[in-house]
Amino acid sequence: MKFKTFAAFVGPSVFLMLLFIAAPLVTVFVGAFQLTQPVVEMVEEETCTPGFVTQTCTTTTVTRPVLDEFGEVVTTTEWVGWTNFTRVLDPEAAGAAIRAMDWGQLMQVDFYAALRFTLMFTLVTLPLVLGTGLAIALAVNNAARSIRGPVIFISLLPFIVTPVIGALSIRWLFIGDGILTSALEVWLDRDIAMFAQAWTIELMMLFYRVWHVAPFAFVIFYAGLQTVNQDTLESAIIDGASRWERLRYVIIPHLMPLIIFIALIHLMDTYRVFEEIVGFTSQAHVISLQWLTYDFLQPDDAGNRAFGRASASAMLTMVGIVFLLIPLLRRTWRDHKGGSH
Amino acid sequence: MSDTPRAMRQSLSLRLGSAGFLALWCLLAAFPIFWIGVMSFKSPVDAFDANPLNVIFGPVTRDGGDGLSIIDIVLGLVYLFFAVKLALGWLPKMVAQHSPGGQVWAGWIIGALAYAISFVVGLFVILPLILNGLNAILGPLGNPLIGLTTIHYWSVWVDNAFYENFINSLIVTVGVVTVSLTVGTLAGYGLARSGSNLAFWILIIALIFRALPHSVLVAGYLPVFVNSAEILRPILGENAPTLYGQPLAVIAVLVSINQPFTIWMLRSFFQNIPNELDEAARVDGCTHFQAFRWVIMPVMWPGVITTGLFSFLLAYNDFLVTSLLLDQSNQTMVPAIAGYFNRETTTTDQVEAVAAAVSITAPLFLLVMIFQRQIVSGLTAGAVKG
Repeated sequence: MKFKTFAAFVGPSVFLMLLFIAAPLVTVFVGAFQLTQPVVEMVEEETCTPGFVTQTCTTTTVTRPVLDEFGEVVTTTEWVGWTNFTRVLDPEAAGAAIRAMDWGQLMQVDFYAALRFTLMFTLVTLPLVLGTGLAIALAVNNAARSIRGPVIFISLLPFIVTPVIGALSIRWLFIGDGILTSALEVWLDRDIAMFAQAWTIELMMLFYRVWHVAPFAFVIFYAGLQTVNQDTLESAIIDGASRWERLRYVIIPHLMPLIIFIALIHLMDTYRVFEEIVGFTSQAHVISLQWLTYDFLQPDDAGNRAFGRASASAMLTMVGIVFLLIPLLRRTWRDHKGGSH
Repeated sequence: MSDTPRAMRQSLSLRLGSAGFLALWCLLAAFPIFWIGVMSFKSPVDAFDANPLNVIFGPVTRDGGDGLSIIDIVLGLVYLFFAVKLALGWLPKMVAQHSPGGQVWAGWIIGALAYAISFVVGLFVILPLILNGLNAILGPLGNPLIGLTTIHYWSVWVDNAFYENFINSLIVTVGVVTVSLTVGTLAGYGLARSGSNLAFWILIIALIFRALPHSVLVAGYLPVFVNSAEILRPILGENAPTLYGQPLAVIAVLVSINQPFTIWMLRSFFQNIPNELDEAARVDGCTHFQAFRWVIMPVMWPGVITTGLFSFLLAYNDFLVTSLLLDQSNQTMVPAIAGYFNRETTTTDQVEAVAAAVSITAPLFLLVMIFQRQIVSGLTAGAVKG
């Protein structure tokens, strides 16, 4: 294919990606070092109240935003260096907390609390998703052919359901004296409030995420299981391998590329954990990195959005993605050099 | 089972364990969704009752006068049975007969819409009318057995004008799917047929873009979109638009965010189509574009439908982008639901939120039913081929 034809085919897509993915990255990068604020002026105001003989007058200085001729607030944008980052990272408080070895104090800074939860969430769900997905795939592979279709249909439901709604549906089972909370209360014989502390919310979030992603792992593993070499399996049986050894030394090595694929997709997706926070309304107890940026972008009571801090926290979120992607890119590069394409 | 070798045969305990695990998983997978479906039809007291039996039978709802009698249930099931039968047997025949040649898809859209409307009218208007009469005549058989009320759906869709959000969702999803597929098939074809280094790098960069958190991108759009009227004024003059709150801008954003995934998936589908097909067309004098349009696209429909499904899911399920880039007046369904559970003033609000959630989930449920095969093939296409 000539370059010109290639460009004509790929052009629109590349243009869209440059305009809406690459350009915003530049805006975010620039915005992280800028601060936009309304211009305020100090005005001396004299307020007088009527009194006997003379009125009593008090003079106060108030700050108020400057308005332009259309009645809109005038804003200035200035370069502020690392200020936005400092406000997000709060190195003073963090440093003090680290020196005092005080974990709770460190978690008072939103960014570190979000980072802790995001990393914990990513690393804990990964083995759970892989394990559950593989277990379901093996069980379905073991089941009679006639029930496989319906089972796949039911399994796809958690995967396909809108993430916010999925999280909500689990939240409604537990909220207040929902049926599962009451069941737990009867079983453990004590009063339980699932939404009063962070760790119970985190448990529900972990459950939700595994419930949501396991079907994806299951479908891929199930497809992989169909291509396991039957001859190898039979030779393993002849060599006297037990069922467990066959799984460990024949099936899992065969599925290894798929395991890596699912792990990568899962790391990318879970690092962006966000919908859980919305669905479980957990921002008072648990927040994630992406939610932190979202929160800065939401207008506050005065209608201002903290673009500067949002950009800074977005840049910091990206640092994590870069760490995540380096091994992947090195691998792909090696494959490309090796000429496997 | 007699033809399986003895060593491959499984002990009873293993088979039981495997079947039990599968049953447990199916229960876990379906239960939360099934349960919100049940809750949405009950009065608030019943919906949040601690006893599951009360939630299912809904005594308070029943005492309130809304309920299903045995006759209702039997007739309802008969109606559903015939509805499914018609949808599977009669509808495809009618569509095939009445749609002009080559435009079967248009026939399907019209047919499915007409069918859906008549189904809803039959279930919620005609059937209740008949059943009211029957229940009054039949006495004890007509007494309500299970409490069930559609009042929450009524207040969500009619009183709170959820249909506006539905229309917004429809605009956004239809826009995203069409644009994303048009742009994506072109790029996917180009990338699949070119072995150059440039194609490789585009794919790698797309993979990096795929990993970016959406909030990072939105942090980039939002300041520009809010001030776009001022930024664009030198170029477009006085009628420069404010992009914030425009469904079109959201469509463009969602299409672009989705592009990396779309081109990877379509590329793997295009690679399955033998290169000889293009070459034959080229020998016959087609240009690259003609070969793409008249030879490759007709055999690409399965891949296009699958990719379209995933684009649809992305646009339909999105919360972050739509909630930040659209304003209250043209919000889509998923962010609109946040308005319900953030209020949290009464349990009635909660049940209305449940009803809204079920309304959002119902189309997805249908989608899995119809397109299960395509979804599975789409999930595996990316993985198995790398």
